[in-house]
Amino acid sequence: MKASVLTGQHYISGDVACAEGALAAGCRFFAGYPITPATEIAEHVAKRLPEVGGTFIQMEDEIAAMAAVLGASWAGKKSMTATSGPGFSLMMENIGLGICTETPCVVVNVQRTGPSTGLPTMGAQGDMMQARWGAHGHYEIIALAPSSPQEMFYLTITAFNLSETYRLPVLIMSDEIVGHMSERVTIPPFKEISTSSRPRPKGRKDRFKLYKPGPNGVAPMPSVGEGFRIHVTGLTHDEKGYPVLTAETQEEMMARITGKIRKNLGDIIQTEGYRLDDAEVVLISYGVSARTSLAAVDLARKHGVKAGLLRLITIWPFPEDPIRRLAERVKGFMTVEINMGQIHLEVQRCVGRKTPAVLVGHPGGAIISPDHVYEALKEAF
Amino acid sequence: MTEKRSKAKERSGHPLDDLLREDRIPHIWCPGCGIGTAFSSCLKAIRSSGVEPKNVVMVSGIGCSGRAAGYVNLDSFHTTHGRAIPFATGLKLANPVLHVIVFSGDGDLFAIGGNHLIHAARRNVDMTVICVNNFNYGMTGGQVAATTPKSARTTTTPFGNPETPFSLPHIAYASGATYVARWTILHTREIAKSVEEALLKKGFSFIEVLSPCPVNYGRRNRESSLETLKIYQDKTIIKNGAHPSSVDIDPEKGIILGKFIDVDRPTCKEMYDKICRSE
Amino acid sequence: MEFWRIPLDVEEIQITRGVVHILEERCKGCGYCIEFCPRQVLAFSSRFNERGYHPPVIKNPDDCVNCHYCEIICPEFAIYSIEISEQDDKRPDPRLHSNPR
Repeated sequence: MKASVLTGQHYISGDVACAEGALAAGCRFFAGYPITPATEIAEHVAKRLPEVGGTFIQMEDEIAAMAAVLGASWAGKKSMTATSGPGFSLMMENIGLGICTETPCVVVNVQRTGPSTGLPTMGAQGDMMQARWGAHGHYEIIALAPSSPQEMFYLTITAFNLSETYRLPVLIMSDEIVGHMSERVTIPPFKEISTSSRPRPKGRKDRFKLYKPGPNGVAPMPSVGEGFRIHVTGLTHDEKGYPVLTAETQEEMMARITGKIRKNLGDIIQTEGYRLDDAEVVLISYGVSARTSLAAVDLARKHGVKAGLLRLITIWPFPEDPIRRLAERVKGFMTVEINMGQIHLEVQRCVGRKTPAVLVGHPGGAIISPDHVYEALKEAF
Repeated sequence: MTEKRSKAKERSGHPLDDLLREDRIPHIWCPGCGIGTAFSSCLKAIRSSGVEPKNVVMVSGIGCSGRAAGYVNLDSFHTTHGRAIPFATGLKLANPVLHVIVFSGDGDLFAIGGNHLIHAARRNVDMTVICVNNFNYGMTGGQVAATTPKSARTTTTPFGNPETPFSLPHIAYASGATYVARWTILHTREIAKSVEEALLKKGFSFIEVLSPCPVNYGRRNRESSLETLKIYQDKTIIKNGAHPSSVDIDPEKGIILGKFIDVDRPTCKEMYDKICRSE
Repeated sequence: MEFWRIPLDVEEIQITRGVVHILEERCKGCGYCIEFCPRQVLAFSSRFNERGYHPPVIKNPDDCVNCHYCEIICPEFAIYSIEISEQDDKRPDPRLHSNPR
């Protein structure tokens, strides 16, 4: 067996960093299907997983990949898959099953330009609302947006930790540019990486209730083969896990699967501020667009405009509070993203009528340049 | 003998009750539906196989047969439509100690889930797939399926089915299954024996169980459940070892039943360990 | 089953005997156990169970040979048989009388 944590300095792509982050987090099962620009993640774990005692399988399609990931998670393994737009669409039904059955796993979406086949080799950030609402029904989800290969490494670990702690599929909403960009990535020593594992049941097996929440609203999770005789279903189910097809049970189940996220926002949400202290205009961005925005802030400051950046690391649940707080004191917001206004809608919702919020969007296929952002900023404010 | 007798006296319920989630019985299946019989034969086989119940897991998809997982008092999963096999693949590869049974219907396994079935058979994932074939989509009210006989009436073939049905054992065999059998619900001992053999066998096993659907299929094709079973009694021919390409369902010529295939080849996991884990 | 002669080894052959138990409340009245019992032990009851189905009744209790066929063909887990020992069995040997039907 080889080391699961390759401590040291590496010059690797975001996709490879993501794969190494998964191994460092304890991922031991990957089921996937090739798709540009996420293929490199599968290629890397195909080589690395058997070296660390894990299993890789390339399934017949993304639907099967997502189903296998859920199965492996119930067998007790930390599991993941990686895909891009069209595959993400195909995975949606089983992501819904993962939410309903509270199955920890990680799904990486290295976004490309859509709709449909779109521009397969070119980046975009057009799946952000699909990440939030792509599966049918109402639910809460966790989605993270890395901005660099280094962050692909760390946020993949964070994604596994959150998925294990809160028992749900956690989405990493990367993009082609970050996925294919190579930079220096520092992998820390094994003992410096903190990992979480799903809460485990205690007490008598015959009295065990599969979905009876613990103190933080999350139910302990047994694995198959441990003698708990669990029943897991995508039908609306009670605390025992049995299907009960009534509005009352639906209400209880929904309260549990949404409550565990809503009650722990402080633990889940991460954002990063840049030159916000005296900022009068705030750029809000994430993923590759946050890098553009960072340069645009410096450019604006050079020209005497007091700009700052709020970088969203957690996209869902949406970081409402930091935006609401900023809205009390700044003159305006500008959302920078490679779509025609998805996260912008959320920003507008949080800002309300307190101050203007404008969009610098892009239909996909290219990054937004810092100059472009600065020009738009000058025009708007 | 006296000991046996006293043991019998102590037992107050059905002998398979400990494998049933009794608090979920009666099940949802209609009077005369054969799924319960296929399910009962399967439980009997789990019992007689001697495998540790703790390590047996049942996975179902969606549909009438898909509800089976909800009644077995073992680790069990009721997944999405057509996806029982890939879910089971994940379970098995992540914990190879498990005996994985996929219990589902013809629509789930061969229409929406057809792609997964052929690939699991090709990979030879060590699992037992039991397919209850009732020739239509029962749960949604009796629509045409990939198994509906030509000319048969369903709610979506009001003039009769213009399409040709699949022969399930032939597909399983052609895709690489290492064990292929077909029985009807009248053949309870044979189903149980096949499921037991499949559970103890390493490799992808496929067992088709023909079953009446009196409420949705039978009603529209003038067949009561007892009449369907009479056909199973009179028109079936047991031909163990028959080539799967020769077992199309044709009541005129006779419905061929039997254990068609029982061969050995390395499983998905054995090959993965051999090729991917060797240094 | 009618024999044209009593087999010579009839004394040596052991035939198991069974008692059928019916869990009436589970029955949905499909009639499979009645129709396919190889010894015609069962018949439809004229009564209804609490869900409105006619459960089976034991018509010829002496004929049950504990083959368990009813037990497995029943889709409802509503019927089973239990073996009884010879010494407890006061019924006539089924081999020594022809089928009364």
